[in-house]
Parts: sequence; C-alpha cells; structure tokens
Amino acid sequence: MRVLYTSLKYLAVVLWSIFVIAPFLWAVSTSFKDFQSVTNGATYIPWVDFEPNLEGWRALWKSPAQGGVDIVEPFFNSVFVTASGSLISIILGTLAAYALSRFTFKAGFIRNGDITFFFISQRIMPPVVLAIPFFIMLGKFSLLDTLAGLIIVYIVLLMPIAVWIMVDFFNKVPVEIDETALIDGCNPLQVFYKVVLPNSIPGIIVAGMFCMIFGWTDFFFSFILTFTEVQLLPVAIVALNSSITPWWSLSAAALVSVAPLVLVAFIVERYLSKGNLSGALK
Amino acid sequence: MNFKHKYLFLLPGLLVLLAILIFPIGFTVRLSLSSWDSFYPALDFIGIENYVRLFTDDARFWEAFGRLSLLSVTTVFLQYVIGFGLALIVWKEIAFQRFFRVLFLIPMMTTPVIMTVIWRTFFHESLGPVNDILSHFNVAPLWLSSETLSKFTVMIVEVWQWTPFMFLLLLAGLLSLPKEPFLAASIDGAGPIRTFFYVTFPLMAPISIGAIIIRLIEASKIMDTVYVLTSGGPGTATETSSFYIFIKGLREFQFGYSAALSLTYLIIMIISFTIIAKLLVKLMVRGN
Repeated sequence: MRVLYTSLKYLAVVLWSIFVIAPFLWAVSTSFKDFQSVTNGATYIPWVDFEPNLEGWRALWKSPAQGGVDIVEPFFNSVFVTASGSLISIILGTLAAYALSRFTFKAGFIRNGDITFFFISQRIMPPVVLAIPFFIMLGKFSLLDTLAGLIIVYIVLLMPIAVWIMVDFFNKVPVEIDETALIDGCNPLQVFYKVVLPNSIPGIIVAGMFCMIFGWTDFFFSFILTFTEVQLLPVAIVALNSSITPWWSLSAAALVSVAPLVLVAFIVERYLSKGNLSGALK
Repeated sequence: MNFKHKYLFLLPGLLVLLAILIFPIGFTVRLSLSSWDSFYPALDFIGIENYVRLFTDDARFWEAFGRLSLLSVTTVFLQYVIGFGLALIVWKEIAFQRFFRVLFLIPMMTTPVIMTVIWRTFFHESLGPVNDILSHFNVAPLWLSSETLSKFTVMIVEVWQWTPFMFLLLLAGLLSLPKEPFLAASIDGAGPIRTFFYVTFPLMAPISIGAIIIRLIEASKIMDTVYVLTSGGPGTATETSSFYIFIKGLREFQFGYSAALSLTYLIIMIISFTIIAKLLVKLMVRGN
C-alpha cells in the first residue's frame, strides 16, 4: 500500500514535470533550426536530427529590414513600463491598503470593505471593455503609442493586485506594533514609515512580484494602444506569428522574453519555503 | 485607531484609480446608447436599440458566452484538482522538493501569448512534435482546425499556464495550516485519506474558495490564448465573449454595439461571480 502510494506520487510528479518542460524543450530545439529542418517535419535533437545553427538567435538584434526581429528595444520598453507601472502601483496601493487596514472610513453607506472591494473588483473588468474608451481617452491627450500612456493603463491593471495583497498583509501585522510606536511619541506618519514599512518588506516584495508578473505578461493593452513608435515585447513576438512564421527566431525571442520572470519563480519559492508567503497570500 | 491624516494614505491611490477609470466607464455607458461605427463615427443617441439587438438578435454573443462558461469552469476545475494534488505532494517530504516547487511555478511566470505561440508550433498539424509522435500510431488529430478538438487544445494550454497559480495559492495555504489538527488525527489513527477528507480539506476550504474565485475571474477574460492559438476558429468554435467583443469593436469597428456588449457582459459577470461565491461557500463549508 505504502509502496503503491509512493510510486503513484512520483509518477504524478514526473508526468506533470514532463508536461511543464515540454514546450520549453521544443522551443530550445526549434531556436537552433533553419528553414529546412522545420519544414521537413518535426525534428528534435541537434546534430542527430538536424544540423543546428544560430540564425534564430542572431535575428534577435538585427533590424527587420535585414530579415531580423529586433527585440532589443521592445525588451527594454517592456522592462521600463512594467517597472514603472509596478512601482507606482505598489506605492499608491501600499498606502491605500494601510489606510484600509488601520483606519475606519465612512461615507454614506460606503465602508472600508466596500472601498477594498472597489479596488479589487477592477480585476473583473475584461481588458476588452476598457480598450476602446482607453484608446479614445489616450488619443485625446496624445498619449497613444507612448510609454507614458501604457504606464497609466498598467496602473489600473496592477494597483488592484497591490491593494489585495497588502490589505491581507497589514491585517495580519498586529496593531500593537503601531500602538507601541504611538505611545513612544511617533506621529502616525512616522509610525508608518519608521515602524510599519520596515516590517512589511516581505509583503511588499510579494506584491511587487505579482505586479511584475501581471505587468510583464500583459499583451492586450499594448497590442491595442501602441502601433509603431513604442512596441512591447509580447506584441513584437506575436507579430512574428504570421502566415510565414520564422519558427527559429520566434522560439529564440520567446525564450528571451520568458527568461527574466523564470528567475522570479526561484524567489517566490524561497518565500514559500520560508513561510513568508503564506502571510502575504491568503 | 483613527487620526486626521488618514485620507493622506487612502486618497492618492483611490483618486488616481478613479481619475483613470471614470472616463472609460462613463464613456462606455454613453457609447452603448449610440450607433457609432466606421460608417457613422459620431455620438448620436439611439436609446436602448443596441441592447434590444443584443437580446433579440445576436445568438453569436450568447453562444460565445456559453463557450466561455464551459471553458472557464472546466479549466478552473482541472486547475484546482491538479494544483491541489501537486501542492499536497510537494507539501510533504519528497525528493528534490524545492526543485519541483520551482518547476511547478514556472508556467505562470511566462507570458501567455508568447507561450501560446510556442504551443501553436507544438500542436502544428503537420510539422509539430505531437502529431509526429502520434503518427507512429497512425492518428493525426486536427488540434487546431477541428471544432471539438480546438476547444480541447485551448483547455490544455490554459491548464498548463494557470495550474501553477492555483498550486501557489494552495501550497501557501497548506504551509500556513496549524499543526495540531494533524497531530490529533494521527493520534486517533486516521489514515492519509481520512485525514485529507476530515482535516486538510475542511481547513483548506476558505483558501480553496478564494483561489477558485480568483481563477474564475481571471479565466473569464480568456482572450490572448484564443487570439493566438485559433483566432476564435475554426468558424466560431473557440470564440469567447471577450474575443467576440474584440471582433465587433476593434475589427468591425461597431464601437456603439460593442460597448453595449461589454456592459451587458460585465453585469452578467458581476452577478454570476456573486452567485458562484455564495454557492461555493455553502458547498464547501457544509462539507465540514
């Protein structure tokens, strides 16, 4: 019985791991292929099934005129938009979450819970609902096809996540910490940035990681709201997915775009194993 | 606790969000009452005509909605079962525990559209590895161009992408559970299966409900995957609500009508999530 259970357990884990890794392995293999080895049917192992070459990878920093993809600029655009959007969302979201967790707000029938729900409920909104009005609004302020316009949109996308995680987090930080500091003569603003903030680093890091994930992986808004001046990474890569797809450079570009956040998986796991994440995620 | 500067904390975030959102939402409401399209791009007023059309003369919208419900409920259910199973396995001692934890998290860190581009080559009907391997068994399923199978392919990609999120929330939950109930159960001589149904599962109920609702909300927005994988096709076989609204609004430029679609869809979503949340709470808490 015990042996059966253990072998089933390992079987499940191994099968799922294969499923998780399969598309990555396929992409790595494809990125070293050329036209011949793609169009003559599926090939897998370099040197055995096909002769590998670096064309797919070289294309990444060639301009489209030279038959390349040029994902260097989109890469840094993506980094900039994700980082700025996340940073603004974390700052505003943390402040709001602290207020919602510690103070009581009342306006008519609106209570703290309703305000928190208002923040979080923005996630229910499908991007397509906001796309057309955003398109028109950004057009009015001539922010279409600019990084600033995208950052504004990303705040709507990311602040709800920051508020959601930080309200939960602050609710678990004992109020006594704040009260002791108050008695020691700090004013409430000092309490926040001298006592509460240093104690909230784990929560802020988790919220930051989630903002980064959802910012970096967003496609729809940059797809609708930018055209030629500014291009983000996902849009640049999906643009390759046309009738004659260069599978090799597509795979290489996809791997480059996916790599930075795979590092985040290691950080998330560290927090998880140390037990810090459960405090910040409910 | 209370103090007079409390608004300094709340208002910056709240006002920024309101400032960004108030125009889009107000404008969508107004737009839905107009016939703005590419032939007549202006804000006229046609009353609730768009809504009448939507409720009486648009089977495609309701089909897309039914398809979306099927896709999101099925994938979230699969994600929950698989994610919970995996979380339970790596929660306890297992060889390479941390390696598996990292590995199981990775898909959610990857960009859905980009991985879908890879999946598209993976399921390519003549050049992809899946059909290459299956050809040894003399079958060649049409992963992307068969009406039934293309739905299944979308589900595979969704499950691959988002099971990790479920896994993460549930594992974080499992790791935060108190030890005492498990000690008590083992003293009472309960085996692993009984412990799961009488201790672990009930203790995890609130976390499970939260995780399922979060995933349902995100899954209801399925659109990127469909756009890249099948473009809603073949025909309309994989068209979801978001994708249909996208086609009406940003492909056929029927701005007024797509605004009416958006708002109707949004209201249906808010109502269904409220009902689903209530049902789940009833179902899972009564289980105790």
